[in-house]
Amino acid sequence: MKKLLVYLREYRKESILGPLFKLLEAGFELIVPLVVAAIIDRGIGAQDQRYIWLMCLVLVGLGLVGLLCSVTAQYFAAKASVGFVKKLRHALYSHIQGFSYQTLDKVGISTLITRMTSDMNQVQTGLNLALRLLLRSPFVVFGAMIMAFTIDVKAALWFVAAIPALSVVVFGIMLASIPLYRKVQGLLDKVLGATRENLTGARVLRAFGKEDTEIAAFEEKNEALTVMQKYVGRISALMNPVTYVIINLAILFLIHTGAVRVEAGIITQGAVVALYNYMSQILVELIKLANLIINITKSVACAKRIQGVLDMPAGEPVKRDLPKGDGKYRVQFIHAGIRYSEGADASLTDVNLSVLPGETVGVIGGTGSGKSTFVNLIPRFYEATEGQVLVDGMDVRAMEPEALRARIGIVPQKAVLFQGTIRENLQWGNEAAAGEEIMQAVRIAQAEDVVVSKGGLDAMIEQAGRNLSGGQRQRLTIARALVRKPDILILDDSSSALDFATDAALRKALREMDGRPTVFIVSQRTSSIQHADQIVVLDDGRAVGVGTHLDLLETCPVYREIYDSQFRKEAAQA
Amino acid sequence: MSKKAQKAEKGTLKKVLKYLQPYWALVALSILLSAVIVALTLYVPVLIGRAIDHIIGPGKVDFAAILPLLLRIGVIVAATAAVQWLVNSINNKITYQVVQDVRNQAFRRLQILPLSYIDSHPVGGIVSQVIADVDQFADGLLLGFTQLFTGVVTILGTLGFMVSIRPGIAAVVVVLTPLSFVVARFIATHTYSFFQQQSETRGEQTAFIDEMLGNQKVVKAFGQEEKSVEKFDEINERLEKCSLKAIFYSSLTNPCTRFVNNVVYAAVALSGALVCAATAGTAAPFTVGSLSALLSYANQYTKPFNEISGVVTELQNALACAARIFKLIAEPAQTPDAQDARVLSEAAGQVDISDVYFAYTPDRPLIERLNLHVKPGQRIAIVGPTGCGKTTLINLLMRFYDVDRGAIAVEGTDIRQITRRSLRANYGMVLQETWLKAGTVRENLVLGKPDATEEEIIAACKSAHAHSFIKRLPNGYDTVIGEDGGQLSQGQKQLLCIARIMLCLPPMLILDEATSSIDTRTEIRIQKAFTTMMQGRTTFIVAHRLSTIREADVILVMRDGHIIEQGNHETLLAKDGFYAKLYNSQFAA
Repeated sequence: MKKLLVYLREYRKESILGPLFKLLEAGFELIVPLVVAAIIDRGIGAQDQRYIWLMCLVLVGLGLVGLLCSVTAQYFAAKASVGFVKKLRHALYSHIQGFSYQTLDKVGISTLITRMTSDMNQVQTGLNLALRLLLRSPFVVFGAMIMAFTIDVKAALWFVAAIPALSVVVFGIMLASIPLYRKVQGLLDKVLGATRENLTGARVLRAFGKEDTEIAAFEEKNEALTVMQKYVGRISALMNPVTYVIINLAILFLIHTGAVRVEAGIITQGAVVALYNYMSQILVELIKLANLIINITKSVACAKRIQGVLDMPAGEPVKRDLPKGDGKYRVQFIHAGIRYSEGADASLTDVNLSVLPGETVGVIGGTGSGKSTFVNLIPRFYEATEGQVLVDGMDVRAMEPEALRARIGIVPQKAVLFQGTIRENLQWGNEAAAGEEIMQAVRIAQAEDVVVSKGGLDAMIEQAGRNLSGGQRQRLTIARALVRKPDILILDDSSSALDFATDAALRKALREMDGRPTVFIVSQRTSSIQHADQIVVLDDGRAVGVGTHLDLLETCPVYREIYDSQFRKEAAQA
Repeated sequence: MSKKAQKAEKGTLKKVLKYLQPYWALVALSILLSAVIVALTLYVPVLIGRAIDHIIGPGKVDFAAILPLLLRIGVIVAATAAVQWLVNSINNKITYQVVQDVRNQAFRRLQILPLSYIDSHPVGGIVSQVIADVDQFADGLLLGFTQLFTGVVTILGTLGFMVSIRPGIAAVVVVLTPLSFVVARFIATHTYSFFQQQSETRGEQTAFIDEMLGNQKVVKAFGQEEKSVEKFDEINERLEKCSLKAIFYSSLTNPCTRFVNNVVYAAVALSGALVCAATAGTAAPFTVGSLSALLSYANQYTKPFNEISGVVTELQNALACAARIFKLIAEPAQTPDAQDARVLSEAAGQVDISDVYFAYTPDRPLIERLNLHVKPGQRIAIVGPTGCGKTTLINLLMRFYDVDRGAIAVEGTDIRQITRRSLRANYGMVLQETWLKAGTVRENLVLGKPDATEEEIIAACKSAHAHSFIKRLPNGYDTVIGEDGGQLSQGQKQLLCIARIMLCLPPMLILDEATSSIDTRTEIRIQKAFTTMMQGRTTFIVAHRLSTIREADVILVMRDGHIIEQGNHETLLAKDGFYAKLYNSQFAA
């Protein structure tokens, strides 16, 4: 929490002036009963009409000044809270940019989005309310008490008794019901989950004839929710009646004491009315305060969640003093392995591979065999936890991440494009790339027809590339990677949406490129990789075979099995 | 509001009343007691005013009159508080009970709605109707109970008491109070556009965050972090500006209405004090106690006005939510099972599709004049390009949708004459779109056979090649998997769905691309188990792998809702038609 307050520093003036003006307004409000008392004692008592008029004008004047103070306070509070959250949003967004893949996986994208959106909004609301009201309510409560003391000390003692009693009741009920409301929310989530699941699984559930069991399970969850809601309701329903009793008891005692004091000639009738008015003011403020605190508690919880993300380490420090390798290889894996978290099974173990510049490497294996993990080690998206990954003889962890990644072109599994023109999207690869350079990449990626059919490089791509087909998107993402003329090109299962002819043409064009990059092709299809210079066969995170297509058919049973399942058997039987 | 909308609102209100009917006694009690509370609450200031009138000055305090008054006030306050708690509890009870009823009804309706409804409405929308809309409706209902009714009664009561104390001063209040309405209205209408701008900009920012953070890995891969922050900041700046406007201007409502209230208060003080001063010493003096009561009423009188204006928007919103949920509950259900519908036990597997026509929307006919006669134990493969009607055929077989014309019969009985449950129990279905429920792996496996033994479960999983990965999960078969499979891979989910069917082994099978997400090696291993399972069972297979199709007894080649070719692999190849072309193109690939 403390760390977040740094972002409020720039709004220090507003955060102090806001509550201050609010207090001024409350102060004017506290004068009102005194004025009414004066009207009663001097105006009515002396039948002084002019005085009554004057005092009522004072009342209106007080209201007007109060209004001005209040408006000023609202402005400062709004400015501070909106500005604070703007700064916080920027800070969090920038912080997230520095997260490694591993941190992103751990936190989860949907969590980050919630932190950036709804949590931020709640913090803004909470801060705004806090600046406006957090000081005001206690001020009015204690102010009323102090005013009572200025009128009559003995009568004011009833305030000293009533305020703690009221506070105990209001805050006690609130504290008791907050955890219960959380339980209600939890039960409601269960009801929601049951509904969603029932809809997404409608076909399967009906196929298994589960309608009645589903109804029974839903109604059970619903009943639990209702019981809890009624229970919480009964507790929070105590708030109004109990506070009503306390405040009125205090008023009764106040009037009795007042009567005694008036009889003794110490105070006037108007003073009794003023005391009565002060007591009434307290109740309203205490209840406002309780609601405010509920709101602030929520905001604090959201702020803590935001803080939690800000506390996560960002950035990938460069590690010096790592052993160097043989500079003649473009990419080298030496006993490389990775374990995503302590205690989990290794996702990749003991992989050894040396790749010369310009070579093509195929990576194949079943689902979950570690293919993506393997290629993601090269740009240091994930860090090897065992062994080393080297580029040109340098450990990737010893290089500046930006410099390393600038040399690598990646085509991810999921073909993602962003809202903007085709040109803007392709320039992600290289901001300085001119039209002809871009078109060259487009042609190698077999995407010329896509660009032409959309009407050129300046055609708009909708959000998430909705106006393109899967294959079109995929070819553009390949072009995007090629625009930067990478030394190393990684195709992570990225030709899956391409038909075989296009796939083959793409591979041919890549081979014929000037300054031909070292290419890593991840695929499930043997046909996409069988011409590679080296093929790595992964099975459960282990490299069970490294070699050329023909070698592997001889020596690697897993590779043979994959090949047979896709090709040979059908060829033999056709 | 237009007349039509008003009428619709009335209709909704009627339905709300219908849901309240079972609790009418509680509702009546609540209304009665609320009126009692208001009367008592308003009576207290009068009594306090009277007490104050007995405290005029030194030597002029009538203790004999004050003490009984105070005692009376004490008793009334205690009674009010007790009744208030009772009313609050009753209102809570009614509201939550009604909400529970509505939700249960909605959920029951979901079970019998035709699948066409579920297919054509986004899940998120229906869920938000059952959860968020019902919640909003509940809030509105509770507010309506607690504030609207008491608010109106309080206003009327206060007015009555004020008139009874001093009609002239009451008139001052009546004239001035609507001012606060006008002010609140003025601010609300003038800040509306700021709010709209804020929510638009907020939406834009959320969409940007969604797009960028959703693909953060790509952003990183291309080193676009700084550019992304730059763009974000641009939107962020704009959002700050319009948020500030929206928040500031809307936060003016409270101070402004409070100011109006202060003016009303001053006016009452003025007129009251003047009357007080003028009538002092006359036969019917207007006392200070009465003035104090009037001032306390002036405060109370404006409060419910402000509350009611809030409640009315809340109520309108609640009624709109109620209308949506009632619409869902009133959606026409699927045709119920015929009264004399047959319960199909172990079918042998004869399926006859005769002259079937079907379309999802009347203007776009899909299946026309489909005929197919399947003998028990036959294996039917369905092939064809996407959108040719393969999945639709499954929808019809399972009776997720009813045919428009013609008939589908199992064992010679039209499936519309068979109970849905028994028909579906005879099919085992594995779909390309896997679905698992939140719960343990075991719970998911026994969905079709709740009384399966441990040995049976393990055996089924072994033949589906799911046992080894299940064993490796943190808690094996008792591992809780999140909604829709959570941490499992698509392939693993599909293996579980296959194991689920292998466990209950119904007499007929429907396999819709059942192995599409499983890698080819595992697929070949499962194939053996599939072959054993299909032995003696009528099986419909939608598949893309040629080996599966080749072994089928009958291959249906579908195109645009028609069966264009029918036969086995050899005869179809010999025919050199669409199938041969499809086969060659796929194989050549």
